[in-house]
Amino acid sequence: MNFRLTALAAAAMMAAAPALADLVVPNLSYRTGPYAANGTQYADGFNDYFTLLNERDGGIGGERIQVPECETAYNTEKGVECYESTKGSGAIVYNPLSTGITYQLIPKVSADGIVLYTPGYGRTSAKNGKVFEWVFNAPANYWDGASVAIKYLLDQNGGSLEGKKIALLYHNSAYGKEPIRTLQELAEKHGYTLTEIPVDAAAGQEQKSQWLQIRREQPDYVIMWGWGVMNQAAIQEAANVRYPMEQFIGIWWSGSEPDVLPAGAAANGYKALAFHGVGQDYPIYDELQEHVIAPGKASQGGQHVGTVLYSRGMYAALVISEAIRKAQELSGTAAISAAQLRDGFEALDITPERLAELGLPDFGPPITMSCENHGGSGMARVQQWDASAGKWNLITEFTEPDQEVLQPLIEEDSAAYAAEAGVTPRCS
Amino acid sequence: MDQLLYSAEVVLNGLMTGVMYALVALGFVLIFKASGVFNYAQGVMCLFAALTLVGIMNGQVPFAPLLSAITGNRIGTFGFTVPAALAVLLTAVVMVGLAWLINMLILRHLVNQAPIILFMATIGLAYFLEGLGDVMWGADVKVLDVGIPQGISESVEAWTHAVFGYGFFIDRLDIVAAVVATLLVAALVMFSQYTRQGRAMRAVADDHQAALSVGISLRFIWVLVWSIAGFVALVAGIMWGAKSGVQFSLSLIALKALPVLMLGGFTSIPGAIVGGLIIGVGEKLFEFWVGQLVGGATETWFAYVLALVFLVFRPQGLFGERIIERV
Repeated sequence: MNFRLTALAAAAMMAAAPALADLVVPNLSYRTGPYAANGTQYADGFNDYFTLLNERDGGIGGERIQVPECETAYNTEKGVECYESTKGSGAIVYNPLSTGITYQLIPKVSADGIVLYTPGYGRTSAKNGKVFEWVFNAPANYWDGASVAIKYLLDQNGGSLEGKKIALLYHNSAYGKEPIRTLQELAEKHGYTLTEIPVDAAAGQEQKSQWLQIRREQPDYVIMWGWGVMNQAAIQEAANVRYPMEQFIGIWWSGSEPDVLPAGAAANGYKALAFHGVGQDYPIYDELQEHVIAPGKASQGGQHVGTVLYSRGMYAALVISEAIRKAQELSGTAAISAAQLRDGFEALDITPERLAELGLPDFGPPITMSCENHGGSGMARVQQWDASAGKWNLITEFTEPDQEVLQPLIEEDSAAYAAEAGVTPRCS
Repeated sequence: MDQLLYSAEVVLNGLMTGVMYALVALGFVLIFKASGVFNYAQGVMCLFAALTLVGIMNGQVPFAPLLSAITGNRIGTFGFTVPAALAVLLTAVVMVGLAWLINMLILRHLVNQAPIILFMATIGLAYFLEGLGDVMWGADVKVLDVGIPQGISESVEAWTHAVFGYGFFIDRLDIVAAVVATLLVAALVMFSQYTRQGRAMRAVADDHQAALSVGISLRFIWVLVWSIAGFVALVAGIMWGAKSGVQFSLSLIALKALPVLMLGGFTSIPGAIVGGLIIGVGEKLFEFWVGQLVGGATETWFAYVLALVFLVFRPQGLFGERIIERV
């Protein structure tokens, strides 16, 4: 009896654990809890891209990619538990889709020597590879987003924001507070007045006070740093107080379909930043249809294919897979380690031609990273919601952020972290 | 003068928001009053009711996300839609069924247990219902359109502009919510005062043993009360869901009901309404006058501080029954 039980347990463990020869890329997802609507779409895109590589190409360089999912519910403690429970499986990279979890994991991955990839979220100053050896956040970070938003507004106002009033409506959390310093610095440079309006994360559904304030003060523009229900409630309230949607711009985490659909036609014209393309008008979707969706291998039956967050999850998987490819090329081995993957990220060069080869022409900005630069160019573009067609339209080209303002902030913040964590800067 | 007008607008909107809080608090009061159970799952019941309503209206296949994940094929809808009124009726039937199941599977096994045990059971129920709703209807944000108007009331704006020189903002959805809440409370009062079942419900609320001794079925009353609380949850779910879509954050609105209950008392229907209004106005005025001086986002914690201040002077809440235990 004992032998049988042991054999059964061993069999179960072997079935559950990834095969030793595979590359392991855990998917720390959230399909439950208040942010499930967002997390599900992102996780599906992330899974499906690796499924495509496994089914069409037999993996990367002959190595299949295992993507074990672990549910975090967007909860920092659970996210750390997921990391601890999966890192022993040979995980080489994590992408937890949560700034809170990222902050907790930075010291852990630094100690364990595992790559942390946080595209468009996490700790902004992780762009400085001299201090954050294991963390990468290309193609863009929060401060890039804030700067690109202001550049767009400059463009809309003939190059001057002198005397304009801009309100920042933000999620009252570490995530939401990220752009404040940058927007303050940019206010000094461009002469606009910044009003900061926090929305309590636990009460995101009720924003009457915030929108009464906006109605009274009539800022020229509202920039939103929201997530989850805060976005939907804000867009509905903006419509309720008749705030012009064309003057309302969200960060990329406030610019997906679930954010605008509840407000219906009233959300028409709302804008958001984006660091990747949207929709299914890319050749890769034919490949996905043939190798993943039609054979019934799509995550959750492929119900979110082509949405903004699905595209973002897919794009994150693409960047990771290209870094794996580069690491294999540099090391001359297919079964790479996390340290070799870090080298792959630092040598990554995703050109427009390479993106086109991958079936996603003009989908994202070129990404070039190095030992010093873990954040790429920081370029982003603006998209606008067309409610009648039910789709996002890209209305600008990729725009570079104001590195003159951002670089000193990144140096300052990363230096503070280095002093606090006792990190000796590298890349010399 | 401007500040005075702005304050008046804030008070008006606070009252409207308070009604929305009270709608959630009512469900808690009904169950606590009749059975002494603090139903932690009331917020999740709002979510479950709203999810079911949208699912029925859209003709969605129950458990479609699960079936899609298992089969790998996209399974969505039956291909028909259901009119809002019929869908509300069908959802109410589902909530009655849920009440019966809760009684059969949980409550009847816990008769005579300490209140804390029943409270713990409702915590388990909350997590179960949240998971069930997710598996049944999916985690997507769902658009709920039952025809309730939204957006600024232009007539109120025009009238206040003509009188005060400043047009007040009032959301039409909040006006509808206020009317619905008034009708709901009137209906609940009529039911409990003038119907046999209502009187039985009050008898159980007053004294379980005495009610049993005159032949009132405790189980029937509990099913009845949970059904009514389920219906109230449906109404609250419709109002909140229409504001910003039906999604899992809906279950968190219970957090807004707690200070209302602390203030109004756990056993009083008028208390839930008055408590809601005081919390709504209090938090909005505090945010307007003080919030901007201290960095904003004061509403959540201020509601609890306000409730705690009331508790110091009236532990049973404004309208709650004073507990007197004689030795």
